[in-house]
Amino acid sequence: MTGILAAVGARLAKTVAVILLIATVNFMLVHAAPGDPALVIAGQSGATDQKFLDTLRAEYGLDRPVAVQLGTYLGKVVRFDLGFSYRQQRPVLDLILERLPATLLLTLTAFSLALLGGTMLGLVAGTRAGRWSDTAVTIVSLVLYATPIFWLGLILVLIFSVRLGWLPAFGYETVGGGMTGFARVLDILRHLVLPAATLGFFYLAVYARLMRASIIEVSHQDYVKTARAKGLTETQVIRRHMLRNALLPVITIAGVQAGTLVGGSIVVETVFAWPGLGRLIFEAVIQRDYPVLLGIFLVLSILVIAFNILTDILYRIVDPRIGAVR
Amino acid sequence: MNRREFNTWLATAGLVGAAGVPFGFTGALAQGKPGTLNSVIQPEPPTLILGLNQLGPTQTVAGKIYESLLTYGFDLAPMPSLADSWTISEDGKTYTFKLAKGVTWHDGKPFSAEDVVFTTSKFLIETHPRARAIFERCESITAPDPETVVFKLKEPFGPFIQAFEVSTCPIMPKHLYENTDYRNNPANQTPVGTGPFKLQQWVRGSHIHLVKHEAYYRPGLPKLNEIYYRIIPDAASRSLALETGQVQLTQFGDVETFDVPRLRQLPNITLTTKGYEFFAPLAWLDLNNRVKPLDDKRVRQAILYALDRNFIRDKIWFGLGRIPTGPINSATKFYDAKVKTYEHSIDKAKALLEEAGKKPGEVKLKLLQLPYGEVWTRTGEYVKQALSKVGIEVTLESADVAGWSKRVADWDYEMTFNYLYQYGDPALGVARSYVSTNIRKGVLFSNMSGYVNPEVDKAFAEGAATADPAKRQAAYSRAQQILAEEVPVAWFLEIEFPTMHDKSLQNLITTAIGVNDTFKNAERKG
Repeated sequence: MTGILAAVGARLAKTVAVILLIATVNFMLVHAAPGDPALVIAGQSGATDQKFLDTLRAEYGLDRPVAVQLGTYLGKVVRFDLGFSYRQQRPVLDLILERLPATLLLTLTAFSLALLGGTMLGLVAGTRAGRWSDTAVTIVSLVLYATPIFWLGLILVLIFSVRLGWLPAFGYETVGGGMTGFARVLDILRHLVLPAATLGFFYLAVYARLMRASIIEVSHQDYVKTARAKGLTETQVIRRHMLRNALLPVITIAGVQAGTLVGGSIVVETVFAWPGLGRLIFEAVIQRDYPVLLGIFLVLSILVIAFNILTDILYRIVDPRIGAVR
Repeated sequence: MNRREFNTWLATAGLVGAAGVPFGFTGALAQGKPGTLNSVIQPEPPTLILGLNQLGPTQTVAGKIYESLLTYGFDLAPMPSLADSWTISEDGKTYTFKLAKGVTWHDGKPFSAEDVVFTTSKFLIETHPRARAIFERCESITAPDPETVVFKLKEPFGPFIQAFEVSTCPIMPKHLYENTDYRNNPANQTPVGTGPFKLQQWVRGSHIHLVKHEAYYRPGLPKLNEIYYRIIPDAASRSLALETGQVQLTQFGDVETFDVPRLRQLPNITLTTKGYEFFAPLAWLDLNNRVKPLDDKRVRQAILYALDRNFIRDKIWFGLGRIPTGPINSATKFYDAKVKTYEHSIDKAKALLEEAGKKPGEVKLKLLQLPYGEVWTRTGEYVKQALSKVGIEVTLESADVAGWSKRVADWDYEMTFNYLYQYGDPALGVARSYVSTNIRKGVLFSNMSGYVNPEVDKAFAEGAATADPAKRQAAYSRAQQILAEEVPVAWFLEIEFPTMHDKSLQNLITTAIGVNDTFKNAERKG
């Protein structure tokens, strides 16, 4: 028991150290970019003077040495204080928390549909390798994989919003619609269809291709031949012997991608005016809003670490040998 | 395909089809209702407290919430807003405003002349560089009674009457801000103004919802019940929103210039370029006069001759603008067209370069692109080609907004684009770019090209220091003649922003402030 606790403790300590290291690197990177928020604010106001710039810099603490600023920042991170947005004059944590649900809804929907759909398509294609259904899946996934996300988004809007008028072109819900309860849920779902499809198609293509290759590889393994030889039906062979083994590479890639999905959603959130975290990042970069940028980077880093741990756990469930080795 | 495969595909297709049913995929989308205006705002304003922040989008939204003493007609003549009438003394040093009666703040407290005194003598002096430069010229600002404000200037200042536009002088509530830290006041979470609309809700990243201020002091106004500003970050999506009727109004640079010809053809859309006269943006190719050979007047003139400004206007800006003759926009006061002109002439450009001792290919310059949208990138590509025809080799450089601001403020560029608002008067929006007293490293929108000419300094000083229109015109005409001859920067476009709106909207653009004004008279018929 103490062994497990020690292992968990060591892992936690490592995680905290990694997070602090990431926070430091983020801080240095962000401050290495040219220009500062005072100049951006002055620039966009169309008029400025030295007094105005000095006031802003003093207020944001930008007139102090970078090392002092870093110390203050890390001190705050340890206390879970992400600071105050220069530009929006609000706590960074509030900004992130208010955008997080929209992003999670979009990315998790897109991701689950892509993972589920991609795996299924890959399975269909892999088990029917060389037949027309395989060719169809391969071509479609190649096209989806190669299509730029923003372009796909705009084309979907053109077809489903402008031409057919079926779905809203942008936004999270009908503004001023005054909807509540189930009607509101349906309204949000209608708004979700196009952005989730746009974001999901790319990942769907990735998983379909990966799963197809993986299934084909597994189907040549000796244990699969043995299973067939001992008279199991094809469904049994696939379910009991091929699927689990073929899923491992998909889980690996999905684990890596899940952490970076928010980054991928920047484009989709911009095209569809989806009020999520991706757009907050984009705007914060443009405006050099250091506290917001650092806050989001930190949250994303923690998400990546969390997904890595989750991937490890999934590995052990899908392939018990991995746990046994330790 | 065998039957089992066919059945599998059929089932899949059925599932996909069925999934659509509960979403109610039927009919066109809602187009909004009468009394409601849906517009776009981009980028999202950081705050709506206009006294603290004067970014373009803040001005557009907060211009409905706050008011100033005056607004301005298309000819830039002052019109009543919070002030009903005003008088200017003979010596041009005393301005007396009579305020409207029955004005209340959005929180129900009465508005008075004390609010104006507080705003102009304390609040804006601390928070607003442009207002500070104007109101610091006052010897005293007093309120002899609750409906009268008197500004006494130390010296006459010609453009003083132009200083009461809402983004220059938004009147702030004294009862909420007096003796507080203005920037960190809890009242900043909810703007409280005197305007016809007040903030109902702000869903960050999605929309800002303004509703009618029921106790507005002008009877029967405003006519609209509510305004939604939708936050749509992508330019193509904004165009589509206008096209599908989800929004009924776009302004400034909301729509990329290349989308304008298509959208203006739509049967329900009307386009106007009126309502920007007060801002009168002038765009130029900024030439860093400290860099050789841009210190040579002949090289700068050659660059202006080499640019086909009609081509830029017609093919890149799709006709949205006028060709400038010099530093003052033709919509701004004291504009004078009688100056040296520069028609497109490659021969003249080549001759001038030869006269300056420059062989073809010898002049190499870098052009730092302005990161404000696709149209600037295209203009940069054109300038590169145009200058190559006269033997000037241009390398394009790019930066994001922060990077551009830093490099330009620190004079770390050779050529770049810039455009500035002129605020109705050369003393407010033009002199700053050319007078040598305003060469200040690290400060954006000062005299960044580093042009120095004592004659120009003198002309701009004379123009500002009198209220006599004839004397002002003489001074500014002289400044324009000298600058057009010297070409400190290459002016290429008086930008005309397109305002596109649904034809159901009426009385929308009624002043030179246009979409940044209160919209108190605007109405939407079903």
